[in-house]
Amino acid sequence: MLFKMIRGVLFHQRGKMLLIAFTIALGASLATGMLNVMWDVGDKVNQELKTYGANIIVKPKDSSLLADIYDVGEGEQLSVSYLNEEDLPKLKTIFWAFNIVDFTPFLEADVTLPDGTSARAVGTWFHHHLSLPTGEELDAGVKSMRSWWDLTEGEWLDESAENSESSVMAGVLLAEQEGWKAGDEVVLSGPKAEKTVTICGIFDAGGDEDMQIFAPLDLVQELTGREGKVAQIEVSALTTPDNELAKRAAKNPSALSSRDYETWYCTAYVSAICYQIQEAIPNAAASAVRQVAESEGAILDKTQLLMILITALSLIGAALGISNLVTASVMERAKEIGLLKAIGARDRSITGVILVEILVTALLGGVAGYFMGFGFAQLIGRSVFGSAIEMKVKVIPIVAVLVALVTLAGSLPAIRMVLRLRPAEVLHGGQ
Amino acid sequence: MALLELKNISKIYGDLKALDNVSIKVDKGEWVAIMGPSGSGKSTMMNIIGCMDKPSMGEVLLDGVDISKESQKKLTDIRRDKIGLIFQQFHMVTYLTAVENVMVSQYYHSMPDEEEALEALGRVGLRERAKHLPSQLSGGEQQRVCVARALINHPELILADEPTGNLDEANENIVLDLFRQLHNEGTTLIVVTHDPEVAEAAQRTIVLEHGRVAREVINENFGK
Repeated sequence: MLFKMIRGVLFHQRGKMLLIAFTIALGASLATGMLNVMWDVGDKVNQELKTYGANIIVKPKDSSLLADIYDVGEGEQLSVSYLNEEDLPKLKTIFWAFNIVDFTPFLEADVTLPDGTSARAVGTWFHHHLSLPTGEELDAGVKSMRSWWDLTEGEWLDESAENSESSVMAGVLLAEQEGWKAGDEVVLSGPKAEKTVTICGIFDAGGDEDMQIFAPLDLVQELTGREGKVAQIEVSALTTPDNELAKRAAKNPSALSSRDYETWYCTAYVSAICYQIQEAIPNAAASAVRQVAESEGAILDKTQLLMILITALSLIGAALGISNLVTASVMERAKEIGLLKAIGARDRSITGVILVEILVTALLGGVAGYFMGFGFAQLIGRSVFGSAIEMKVKVIPIVAVLVALVTLAGSLPAIRMVLRLRPAEVLHGGQ
Repeated sequence: MALLELKNISKIYGDLKALDNVSIKVDKGEWVAIMGPSGSGKSTMMNIIGCMDKPSMGEVLLDGVDISKESQKKLTDIRRDKIGLIFQQFHMVTYLTAVENVMVSQYYHSMPDEEEALEALGRVGLRERAKHLPSQLSGGEQQRVCVARALINHPELILADEPTGNLDEANENIVLDLFRQLHNEGTTLIVVTHDPEVAEAAQRTIVLEHGRVAREVINENFGK
């Protein structure tokens, strides 16, 4: 009987029910779209920001300390100790290993050029293939971490090519000063060795690097006699924006309560990742590049706030729409509801029937809205980020709960009306 | 033995006394008509007897139990278990068929039983119209479905508010014949009407005026 009554109402008032389902579908689609974008936008914005360089610098402990004391800028090496190149793969063994998307080591040396002038040679990885102990394969290096460099001549140094160990890339200003072209051979004299190298490419970085030579790490290690050593590592990591806990932890993790410590350690805050890098690499001091980390945090916070506001507004709008439609439906059925009460239906039975009708409608609207939201999210993803938005499974129960809550909230005025309706008032009188 | 007794009941809306110190008694198996002009308090009395309203003062004894102070929930239960209601405007659930409209009453009372509902429709001569929607039935047929719905749970009291008010003479006679059958089976009937012919079909007529019982008339021709 209950089924017949619900089916009867759904068909009898199908116009109104379709409007309710449509309203719910609109709210659900916006909520689905916004929540998916909100959770994916973090990764998307992070990926975008990663193209602007590293957000973590790892240095030997003592050089980091000296830099802090004497406020030494980047590139000025006071370092007397080094990190071991063989420790680099350990970066991918930390708790947040999957958030480490790229990294590259640096070792700098002053070399003498054939004309007697001095230049800074920077040893690094370009597109270095790593087979990690975890079984993961990774390509890391400056090619991806300096994506804004313009190659004005030649090509990027290919570490897998023959003779790559005797190839270098030169900054555009240095190349101009020395009259170098791609393919030229140059003799570099380092403190410990002299090497004849081929300039495979000339780049325009728009900064100090334009007066430097970028060479394979092995080559600079040989020139300086520091085999297996690196002076610093730049790390690009996907991070969670800092909050009050992260700020407290960054000052002194040991001052946190064990519960806070666990929360902080298990969240991808930049400070937690730095801390874990220090745990993984002996004698390392990892620090965040604050401007990048804070920009990421601010952009993500604002974007997510905007998404939450749009979601909330759309759901409030849906609740108001549902409220009007359900109330209109109940008013239209006042005599029927009065009759059911008159023949013995209790308030909870009638309320139950109405709620089941609305929730069945909400289910249909919610499912349609979810798929509409899927398309909506892809539209935003394609038009704003140029890539698809990954649909998060966790959005499904959240949207289901939100739809149920909004539907119930929207039905409250109608339910109150049902409870207050007295059969005597609607069943007597003229036609 | 009295099935229903109203003792000094009044219903007051602000300054208006819809019912003013009314006392009546209806015995089990009796057929009583309540008459009166508009505004005399007929509908108010029906609402109180039908447990759809409470008096401002006085007692309503149903089967010897005072129900005037009962909660809405309890009144709903009493209405469901003891009273069958028939309205002037028929009032059917528009999207349910005739038999389903009868079964709704069973559903809220106990268990829907289609065969029993069909038997009830058969009793009012509508078995073959059982699968029709209200919109496919005439006014008289709709009212007969309402009679079937009112009697399906075997109530002690059938309370009808202007049951023939919207019917032509032929259908009025059909409905009155049904009431006679019910009365003969021992069902107590209270029929609110302004139609003297309908009132004359009852054993006794209580006439209300200005919220008071103006007079009671015993129908000498009853049963003849």
